[in-house]
Amino acid sequence: MIELKCDVMVIGAGHAGMAAALFAAQRGLSVVQAGTTGGIDFGSGFIDVLGVHPVAEKRELDEPWQGVASLRAESSEHPYARLNRDDITDGINAFTDFLTAQGLAFQGNEGRNLRLPTPAGTTKRTYLAPATMAPGATALREKAPCLIVSFDGLKGFSGRQLTETLGKNWPALRSAIITFPGLDGELYPEHMANALADPARRKALAETVRPHLGDARYAGFPAMLGVLDCAEVTRHMEELLGVTVFEIPTLPPPIMGVRLRAAFDRGLHGLGVRTLSQKTVMTARPSPDGFRFRAGGAREEYAISARAAVLATGRFFGKGIRQQTHDMRETVFDLPVARPADPDDWYDDVFFSQNGHPADRCGVLFDDDFRPLNDDGTPFHHRLHAAGAILSGHDWIREKSGTGLAVGTAWKAVNTLAKSLGEAG
Amino acid sequence: MERKTHASERPDHRRRRHRHRAGKRSRPTRRLLLLLEKRDLNAGASGANHGLLHSGGRYVSGDAEAAIECREEGDILKRLAPQCIEETAGLFVAVDGDDETFAADFPGNCKRCGIPCKELDPARARELEPYLSERTFAAYEVQDGSIDPFMLALDNVAHAVSLGAKTMRNARVRSFDIEKGRIRRVHVTDETENREFIVEPELVVNAAGAWAGEIATMAGAQVGVICSKGTLLVTQDRLSTRVINRLRKPSDGDILVPGGTVSVLGTTSVRVPSPEDATPTREECVRQVEDAAKMMPVLASTRYIRAYAGIRPLISLGGSDDRNVSRGFSLVNHDHEGIDNFITISGGKLTTYRLMAEKAADLVCEKLGENTPCRTREEPLPASVSGRWTEPGLAPRNFAAETGRTDVMLCECELISRSVIEEITRNLENMRGRSALNAIGMRSRMGKGPCQGAFCGPRVTSYLYDREVLSGTRGIEELKSFIQRRWKGQKPIMWGRTAEQVELQEALHCALLELELTGEDE
Ligand SMILES: Cc1cc2nc3c(=O)[nH]c(=O)nc-3n(C[C@H](O)[C@H](O)[C@H](O)COP(=O)(O)OP(=O)(O)OC[C@H]3O[C@@H](n4cnc5c(N)ncnc54)[C@H](O)[C@@H]3O)c2cc1C
Ligand SMILES: Cc1cc2nc3c(=O)[nH]c(=O)nc-3n(C[C@H](O)[C@H](O)[C@H](O)COP(=O)(O)OP(=O)(O)OC[C@H]3O[C@@H](n4cnc5c(N)ncnc54)[C@H](O)[C@@H]3O)c2cc1C
Repeated sequence: MIELKCDVMVIGAGHAGMAAALFAAQRGLSVVQAGTTGGIDFGSGFIDVLGVHPVAEKRELDEPWQGVASLRAESSEHPYARLNRDDITDGINAFTDFLTAQGLAFQGNEGRNLRLPTPAGTTKRTYLAPATMAPGATALREKAPCLIVSFDGLKGFSGRQLTETLGKNWPALRSAIITFPGLDGELYPEHMANALADPARRKALAETVRPHLGDARYAGFPAMLGVLDCAEVTRHMEELLGVTVFEIPTLPPPIMGVRLRAAFDRGLHGLGVRTLSQKTVMTARPSPDGFRFRAGGAREEYAISARAAVLATGRFFGKGIRQQTHDMRETVFDLPVARPADPDDWYDDVFFSQNGHPADRCGVLFDDDFRPLNDDGTPFHHRLHAAGAILSGHDWIREKSGTGLAVGTAWKAVNTLAKSLGEAG
Repeated sequence: MERKTHASERPDHRRRRHRHRAGKRSRPTRRLLLLLEKRDLNAGASGANHGLLHSGGRYVSGDAEAAIECREEGDILKRLAPQCIEETAGLFVAVDGDDETFAADFPGNCKRCGIPCKELDPARARELEPYLSERTFAAYEVQDGSIDPFMLALDNVAHAVSLGAKTMRNARVRSFDIEKGRIRRVHVTDETENREFIVEPELVVNAAGAWAGEIATMAGAQVGVICSKGTLLVTQDRLSTRVINRLRKPSDGDILVPGGTVSVLGTTSVRVPSPEDATPTREECVRQVEDAAKMMPVLASTRYIRAYAGIRPLISLGGSDDRNVSRGFSLVNHDHEGIDNFITISGGKLTTYRLMAEKAADLVCEKLGENTPCRTREEPLPASVSGRWTEPGLAPRNFAAETGRTDVMLCECELISRSVIEEITRNLENMRGRSALNAIGMRSRMGKGPCQGAFCGPRVTSYLYDREVLSGTRGIEELKSFIQRRWKGQKPIMWGRTAEQVELQEALHCALLELELTGEDE
């Protein structure tokens, strides 16, 4: 058993947990963080703030802040109702500044949403996109001559699918299937990205692509152009091809997961965060002046005493909330979960139902400082805060608010927590 | 969509029709047999059953005749269609709280029906099947088996086609024209092309299962069908080697049937108003899991992958409990209702399907004046290519054996590679119907594993775009319809890991791909 002491225990290694660990460490607090796979490993890397509102009307937003404002006015339950715009933008700026320093730059559209192609051939609104993906928005908007490159062996990414679905309104979109130089059989973005660390491989790739370029001014690739060297790989490909190069997210496992993990591993370590990767918190014991946790996994076990904690364990996929045949339970502290009383009301008969599923709004209730509440409405613990998908009252999947909400709530949670620890001295 | 007139369709079908030369007894007349199916093979109960090749044990206490029929037919199928059957054997087990007299009478009842049955010491039974409850007090071994209903149907149809039959999917029978006591014309909608056509039959066999009443009504005849829904749950892992039956008066959640790499728990028996009401409910699933956990405690904690429901057509004999309505089959010659060339075969069990077909075919021959005997009692059912990929575990074995590094695994749960999808797609041709994705799903295990289409759905879609099987936005619509079908089976079992998996799927399909925002109103 390894004993650890810290100011803040961050439970969760998704976007909310990573952001909380970062923000706490930047404020000079000592941080221990535990968690395994989360949304980071499966997502696109897009930072959504709000893409659709109202959900039931399927209204896609070009102006996310207008949407946030009406959401705030309409629903006092929504986490955004307890955040002001600065909380969200300050949090996102701190988050992206950190990632930029690690090599992962982001780009937006001056406070408006970008509209980007997805691998299904649909388009998606997002607030900020990885800089390697953002030019896709310009290509799409201008309907510029563009070649989509897909690779034999990379499943789930078909250039023809994009031209068939987007091509109706974008006639200058074309596609080609090529073989990735030096790799055969089944391809994974991570292997391809690693291979492209070698400039010679980029040249070989450019040679394979060039005959298909024609009059294209843009070339869209499945996201695999490098890991933390993605800015350089993309720049080099542009130089070799003489066109603007952009990436399109792929189906899981996406390269952005690998990039974000690598960036956080390196950057949080540099800030002194003690990450217990692939470890989960198994027991939690609150006391008046803090918490005692047990964390473990494959090998070592840890006993951690912390003065404060951030619960960022996600919803169902993250494992923060577990559905049972008749109930839902919060998995670390057994906090009450806000949910419709009758389990028959948790899900709609139609998977793509335009209202979404009531289960996706379940979670822990919280106060203005994002502290989870007991059944009687009092905070469960004065120094326990929650952030991200585990909060009740939002449907990030349908609203397209995942990462923005995770980062914004983590920002506010850490701010109030830092204040209360500061006051305690 | 514009409908073509009947007249323009008719000549074509006239040509395909064969003239009836009655009286030619010495050599059988070549006739065209046309199979019309409104959706796809196994769209009805044949694709939504428990897959238990009954030893007969389940019926010995209540319906000796059915029990004997099952025993005889089970033996025939094991001999003639071994590719579709796994001879798992079965156990009947009683646990504390179950009726002791019922259990004690079981071996005697089996004996009376000629059904082999071996008593096992409960401890021995638990050695054989470690997940059995510690509270098992009686156990008997019987000769149950597990049958792959998809392979069975595909092999049957392939055999019929090789003998000259024609099949049409997405071909819905709409109405009959009846003249002088005969069905002269059958009006059919081809739902793939959305057009109507007409068939002029010599004789019509109504084998529409739970829809048999509807079809009979079209002919002005009557078949009293009671629709009884049964709901089943599929586990992620195979939990037993043998079929496990609860040794008690037949009730819900009694039976766990292993099939390939999974097990299937069921079933309920709920009267529903229409054969279209085959939706499994959460209540049915939870209730069965909680009850069956007394027989096998692991069932309370194991991961379920999906639920499904089928409709049994029970031919009405009055009474209130649908389990008491005969599960035997009914063969009706409608000449007593004044229609000469129309018969109905419905009810029964998968286990007795061959016998039902034999009896129906005999009646057809009699009515057409043929005296050729039915040969399905002796002739093996050839294994077909189309049935190849339905067996759990076959695709993985094939992948390991035949293909090298160059293949790509499109479905990681069931290990279905690009080349398998390619082969199925190539053989699909006009059987594609309205959705290539759904048709592939029916002909392989794609989408049947733990991800339930979350990943393989979009991947196979992309591949079908590359292969030019899909174009425009059609692939997105097909994907959504495929996912909705899988959802019907996940919604009732949203607890534990299913809920985790589904949220990941929704994040991918909606947060990233925004599939829910696509569609007509875009
Ligand atoms: C497929 C997919 C696509 C997405 N696409 C987008 C997108 O396009 N745009 C966007 O903005 N967002 C997207 N997201 C959403 C985003 O990545 C996050 O999932 C979401 O913001 C919620 O983050 P979270 O940190 O609250 O929870 P999660 O990401 O679910 O993380 C929960 C974390 O808690 C950990 N945990 C749980 N229990 C314990 C325990 N007992 N002890 C320790 N740790 C524990 C888990 O291991 C995990 O690390 C996507 C997500 C997915 C899955
Ligand atoms: C829940 C459940 C569990 C079962 N378990 C077992 C078991 O373990 N073992 C066993 O032996 N038996 C079992 N059975 C019974 C067995 O499944 C059925 O007896 C058998 O599949 C019936 O086959 P069928 O061809 O008569 O009917 P179906 O398979 O229902 O076929 C009827 C077909 O007619 C088509 N049709 C309907 N209307 C039209 C129209 N207008 N035009 C064209 N086509 C039309 C339908 O689409 C359907 O495909 C079970 C049944 C159920 C419901």
